[in-house]
Amino acid sequence: MSIGHYLVLSGLLFSIGAAGVFLRRNLITLLLSVEIMLNAVNLSFVAFGRYNGDVTGQIITFFVMTVAAAEAAVGLALVIALFRHRESLNPDAFTSLKW
Amino acid sequence: MLALIPLFPFAGFLVNSTMGKRLSKSVSGGLASLVMLASFAVAAVSVWQLAGMEPAQRAVEQTLYTWIASGDFSVDVAFRLDPLSAVMLLVVTGIGSLIHIYSTAYMHDEVDSEFARYFSYLNLFAAFMLVLVLGSSFPVMFIGWEGVGLCSYLLIGFWFKKKSAADAGKKAFVVNRIGDYAFILGMLALFAQFGTLDIQAIAGRVAAMPVEAGFGILSVSTLLLFIGATGKSAQIPLYTWLPDAMEGPTPVSALIHAATMVTAGVYMIGRNAVLFSHAPETMLIVAVIGAATALMAGTIGLVQNDIKRVLAYSTVSQLGLMFLAMGVGAFGAGIFHLYTHAFFKALLFLGSGAVIHALHGEQDIRNMGGLKQYLPITYWTFVIGSLALAGFPGLAGFFSKDELLFETFAEGHTFLWVIGALTSLLTATYMGRLVFLTFWGERRHAAPAAGQAHAAHGAHDDHKHSTGGHGAPHSAHLHDAPPAMAFALIVLAIGSVLAGYIGVPHALGGHNQLATWLAPSFSAPAVAGAAEAVAEAQAGAEGAEAAGEEALELTLMAVSSGIAVAGIAIAFFIWVMRKELAAGLAASFGPLYRLLLNKYYVDELYDASVVRPLGVVSREGLWRGVDVGVIDGAVNGVGAIVDAGAATLRRLQTGSIRAYASSLFMGVVLVLGYYLWR
Amino acid sequence: MGFDQLLFFAFAGVSVLGSLVVIGQRNPIYSVLALILSFFGLSGLYVLLEAPFVAVVQIIIYAGAIMVLFLFVVMLLNVPREGESEWDKAHPYFRPWPLRIGAVLSVLMVVELVWALSRTSGLNVGVAEQRPGVSSVAELGRVLFTDYMFAFEVTSILILIAMVGAVSLAKKRES
Repeated sequence: MSIGHYLVLSGLLFSIGAAGVFLRRNLITLLLSVEIMLNAVNLSFVAFGRYNGDVTGQIITFFVMTVAAAEAAVGLALVIALFRHRESLNPDAFTSLKW
Repeated sequence: MLALIPLFPFAGFLVNSTMGKRLSKSVSGGLASLVMLASFAVAAVSVWQLAGMEPAQRAVEQTLYTWIASGDFSVDVAFRLDPLSAVMLLVVTGIGSLIHIYSTAYMHDEVDSEFARYFSYLNLFAAFMLVLVLGSSFPVMFIGWEGVGLCSYLLIGFWFKKKSAADAGKKAFVVNRIGDYAFILGMLALFAQFGTLDIQAIAGRVAAMPVEAGFGILSVSTLLLFIGATGKSAQIPLYTWLPDAMEGPTPVSALIHAATMVTAGVYMIGRNAVLFSHAPETMLIVAVIGAATALMAGTIGLVQNDIKRVLAYSTVSQLGLMFLAMGVGAFGAGIFHLYTHAFFKALLFLGSGAVIHALHGEQDIRNMGGLKQYLPITYWTFVIGSLALAGFPGLAGFFSKDELLFETFAEGHTFLWVIGALTSLLTATYMGRLVFLTFWGERRHAAPAAGQAHAAHGAHDDHKHSTGGHGAPHSAHLHDAPPAMAFALIVLAIGSVLAGYIGVPHALGGHNQLATWLAPSFSAPAVAGAAEAVAEAQAGAEGAEAAGEEALELTLMAVSSGIAVAGIAIAFFIWVMRKELAAGLAASFGPLYRLLLNKYYVDELYDASVVRPLGVVSREGLWRGVDVGVIDGAVNGVGAIVDAGAATLRRLQTGSIRAYASSLFMGVVLVLGYYLWR
Repeated sequence: MGFDQLLFFAFAGVSVLGSLVVIGQRNPIYSVLALILSFFGLSGLYVLLEAPFVAVVQIIIYAGAIMVLFLFVVMLLNVPREGESEWDKAHPYFRPWPLRIGAVLSVLMVVELVWALSRTSGLNVGVAEQRPGVSSVAELGRVLFTDYMFAFEVTSILILIAMVGAVSLAKKRES
């Protein structure tokens, strides 16, 4: 398989994740879509690493995963705090910062 | 050593202005007078040394430091003592000292701090005046010029809590300023033409040029300088401040508005005699304006009722005669009259001050009379001064005025001579009136009611007299001038008699030493030229006698004497013998009388044509229009725009996460698209 | 079609399908589970790319830890199906425009990416013809702990901060 295939796949997954951010009215699903995007990026990193023949791509992947984990943890903590406040996970319910 | 002359009074100013409140009156007044006397002593010594030099080389220059050095242009702060400035120097310091001594008694009723303030201003004035006199270049002279204007403002408005005094001070300053503006333009014109502002340098360059025909650069620049002089020396059209300046204390009127500051204009022309001689068009204008002012002021002075106002208009009139002399080329005669006038005019003002002091503030001559038996010293000195001013033969004024008129006639300006003679007649008349109404006859009291009863000619009283003289003290309580004042009066009286004798013309057997002394100052600075000028002056003085001019001079002298006597006789007739005639004349020439009493309505004219329009332009146009409308509008407009913009932009903050996310994403897509496109 | 290609399309299909289910499903539990499935597909792809260690780490950490965390939270909050919470019933309106714009943008994104790729050359080099990949864990470790040492240490601090943040954010306030 050529690298082109992997890149197309990566782009596709990224777009799916991006679409999910807009289409879903649930904060958890939103976060999940963000995870999808991060994974798509991971895939392209590894693909390029393979293409160049060194390990740099894989190493970057580790860091991305780490950051994703941290971000997921903090994001979920926020979701919990928000849920306590409003009893809903609809992003449209939180508009206190409106002008 | 020359620098000490203005430095002493300046030091006096510093002491009195900073520590005056804590000094007792005798200390502050004594200090102020002392520095003036010291200045006089140094001046006398310097002049003595000058006199010991060769006539052609009589000039001492002292350069203090270089003030401006910019490219080719440089101005030094330098003082120059030559025959002309020597005369002015002695007048300023000598008469100035006397007036300082007089003031210690006159201002005695003031509070300590006010007393010290007065003397600090007076000293400052003297310092500036001396800088003006000694300055050897236009900028240095201008420093003095402006400085005396400032001090005039400060001193006229000395009793600033009185509105009329404060207004008079402002008026003096503003009108002076207009003249100063013209003076600056004149300086600039000279600089543009000659590249230097040193008086001697300019004189040297001008001497090499031909006399200007028509209106060239020399005429324009001298005309501008002359306009400045009209402001400072109260000639038409900028004379209106001088009568109002009488609001100031009387010694101030004596010093500034009689003897020294107002003569600065005449001095300036004398200083630049070479320059002016080469601009005959301007000289003619100077002479005509001088004569016109002299006549006009004389007519106004004839009907004024405030003792100081009569003297003020008399000063304007005599200054007009001085300018007439300068305008016809008789520089020496003009300076001669300046010098004698300083003596008797100061004397008259100080005498009027003594009268006012004795009457506790009364200034209206209609409320005076019969004072000669109670105020003998004042009376006799006043009489001497009046006779000198009128040109009575044998006194100082006679010689100077006579020479002035003779030169006018001899140069061919017959019409101007007639005006000058008329002015002399008026002078004698109004001075006679002043003496007779003030000192002779019976004391008149109930003035305000009576004054208003003369509604026919009293309706437009223009003088402002302090309200201290109504319940006037009985005649028995009048006291003559205290010692300090009397001393000054007597010295000045002696001067009024004797001062003229240094200028006795050859026609009467004298040697006219003053003209000889002054001649080098009026000619080009080249050594040869000066020697020639001196020889010429002497030769001219002797030679003139040969050609029947002697007879002419004697004739004119007789005419002047006749005029003086005639004027006094007329005054005697109207105001002593037939007192009702005065009121009768005033009634029958009603409109004319009112015109004169109201000073030809010149102030009202200026007000309507200049002051009010300016006020309207400033208030409506510049303030409401530009300041409030444009500038404030712009500044507030900026704020309003920011406000509106912010109000619109804040609607972006919808609070919806998805909206924010979509805008983020949109940015990504756009940027990516842009790079792909390229 | 070679065995490799078959495997590629299989794993790719699983990933994409799983992702689609994630964003299409209303029940959040199903979304989470679908995502785990998607991760399995990705993991397979990593193996095909001769990065076995990454594949294993993907399963362990992503599918094993992070997704479990998500599951915890979903069950803790008893997240209802979308549109059935109290608030959703009270506010039935929904904002159409972010949805529409978002959809359009996503399509545009795909288009751009394909366009970008079509302009790139050298993408047709097959895996077999490329340089050999490095799949040794030892090599991985060596590079990680020498060249990328600093990033490694910083990442550990990052995790610490995230931990502190998460704890403090989710704590119940003593009222």
